[in-house]
Amino acid sequence: MSLGKEIGLATRQFGGRSGVAWTRPSLTLLIAWRNLVHDRVRFAVTLVGIAFSTILVGIQLGMLLNFLHTTSTVVDHAGADLWVAAHGVPSVDLATPIDGRRRFQSLAVEGVAVAEPYLLHFGFWKRADGIRQIVILIGVEPGAEMGLPLTLPAGQSFREALSSPDGIIIDRLYAEKLGVTGLNQLVEINDRRARVVGFTDGIRTFTQSPYVFTSLRNARSLLGRTDNLITYVLIRLAPGQDPATVIERLSARMPDVDVMTSREFAANSQKYWLLTTGAGISIICSSLLALFVGVVIVAQTLYASTMDRLPEYAVIRAMGGPRWYLYKIVIEQAVIGGLIGSVVGIGAVAVLVYLGRNMSSPPLVPAWLALGIGAVTVVMCVGASLVSISKITSIDPVKVFR
Amino acid sequence: MKRAVISASGVSHSFDTGPTPVTVLRDIDVEVYAGELLMLVGPSGSGKTTLLHILGRLLSPSSGVVTLYGKNTQALGEEELAALRLKYFGFIFQAYNLFPVLTATENVMVMLDLLGVSRQIARERARELLKSVGLGHRLDSFPSQLSSGQRQRVAIARALAGDPKILMADEPTAALDAESGLRAIELLQMLAHQQERAVVIVTHDPRILQFGDRVIHLEDGQIAERLATPRGPSPLHAMGAL
Repeated sequence: MSLGKEIGLATRQFGGRSGVAWTRPSLTLLIAWRNLVHDRVRFAVTLVGIAFSTILVGIQLGMLLNFLHTTSTVVDHAGADLWVAAHGVPSVDLATPIDGRRRFQSLAVEGVAVAEPYLLHFGFWKRADGIRQIVILIGVEPGAEMGLPLTLPAGQSFREALSSPDGIIIDRLYAEKLGVTGLNQLVEINDRRARVVGFTDGIRTFTQSPYVFTSLRNARSLLGRTDNLITYVLIRLAPGQDPATVIERLSARMPDVDVMTSREFAANSQKYWLLTTGAGISIICSSLLALFVGVVIVAQTLYASTMDRLPEYAVIRAMGGPRWYLYKIVIEQAVIGGLIGSVVGIGAVAVLVYLGRNMSSPPLVPAWLALGIGAVTVVMCVGASLVSISKITSIDPVKVFR
Repeated sequence: MKRAVISASGVSHSFDTGPTPVTVLRDIDVEVYAGELLMLVGPSGSGKTTLLHILGRLLSPSSGVVTLYGKNTQALGEEELAALRLKYFGFIFQAYNLFPVLTATENVMVMLDLLGVSRQIARERARELLKSVGLGHRLDSFPSQLSSGQRQRVAIARALAGDPKILMADEPTAALDAESGLRAIELLQMLAHQQERAVVIVTHDPRILQFGDRVIHLEDGQIAERLATPRGPSPLHAMGAL
């Protein structure tokens, strides 16, 4: 068979010219991948940049989540439906006292099943070596249903532990900081004697002042208080009661205090530290900065890659390829880089979180946050490709003939 | 009477590259027919490449009319012209402009991909085409692993992949040695004569002028001379004389 007939046969077999649809799997993914791996050094730099950005964002947001979590951890784990607090309390750790009779006034309100006193106040812990640490004393009645540390290790009873008149419970995370080496160790709080009778696990504090749980009576003793003042009244509603209705009744009966649901109080505490102190804003800004750095790195790399490939892209335009075909190549390059970079970055974040699990303020990166960061990274990479796309938009197919 | 595949009449073109426009084509009338090998020749700056762009619908003239199969293409937008090129044209570039990251087969597949041919069928057909241009042994080679002549054959296979009615080639022999150049022209001549394709070649290679069915000589943006031969001689004979 002649050369001409062979070519004719080969070309005529192709049938109709339907044109490629953008939704159809096409060669663009292969071209995108080959474009990326063609220059391995550049690809490696891109991946490092994306991974680095992911790590920064992951750790920053993990810190923020831990920040939010720890600012309201006492409220979240108290098990109360409602909190009665002094008017204008900004955060659970920064409270002013209320009269202890508020408990009984609360109990008299319809819809309240249980009302318990809760005392929270800063104290000075003195270690054996003389170094003083600020702690947050939390006093609850030994028979309380709310406000107890939820993570007491198996085999220990909070009520039994606090039955001793000077008994206190601290978290293992802070034992070293407080100079505690074991149970029954005697310590000083506000120059009064106390004895470590139990350990909790994983009750972290945002202020870095460890929580010290004790009985209400012992807390008053350690604080040198002879009055009847408390910090909060924790309320559990009777079954079937509407919180909003009960809050109205409590507010009507005690107009000089604030009554909030646990959710509201936790949110207020988080907002206070997040917005008022500027700490949260700075973390958010750091995260955005990390994202921006990632965008710049990806945009720069993709742009350089696109500029290298302009003659080939112009060929595709000259051959009659639609613009979106070229856009697809660039966007797929961005998505591939984003996916690989974010997987590497999230993997590194997971390792860092694991290594820092025993720190007092470790980043908190649950699966939803990791997936979210991955998605944001990919979107960021696609966003970064817009610079290259703008270049392709103005591509002139005539250039390939020059 | 033979009907023109492409017809350009009264075509002029200027580039606005500075304070005053530079006119590169003046009142050109050209017709391109199926089954012929048309050569555009002339010195540098004569406007032959610009005319190729206009005939290939890569560029719209400043004035004049270009019709394709009798239909005016002047009012078409960029995407419509791209679709038109995809449907009717095959381009062979001077520098081949193959994707360096794709193998020979994959380079040909790109054209088929643009046409919506499924990947598996496109691969089979790309391989058939490459075999038919004598590259059956280099199907999976990257452009950097091919000689200039082989790269050009890949470019020809890519241009043919869409079974175009019109082939436009810009200096197809410029980067080739004498033998490879004659082989390329032999292939293009065969595509015109045996398959009734219209083939337009821009060249200033005097070795290949004799193989054109018609030669249009441009100077200063105007047609200086039109030469017609009954049927160009076969380059294979010329190769025998090398």
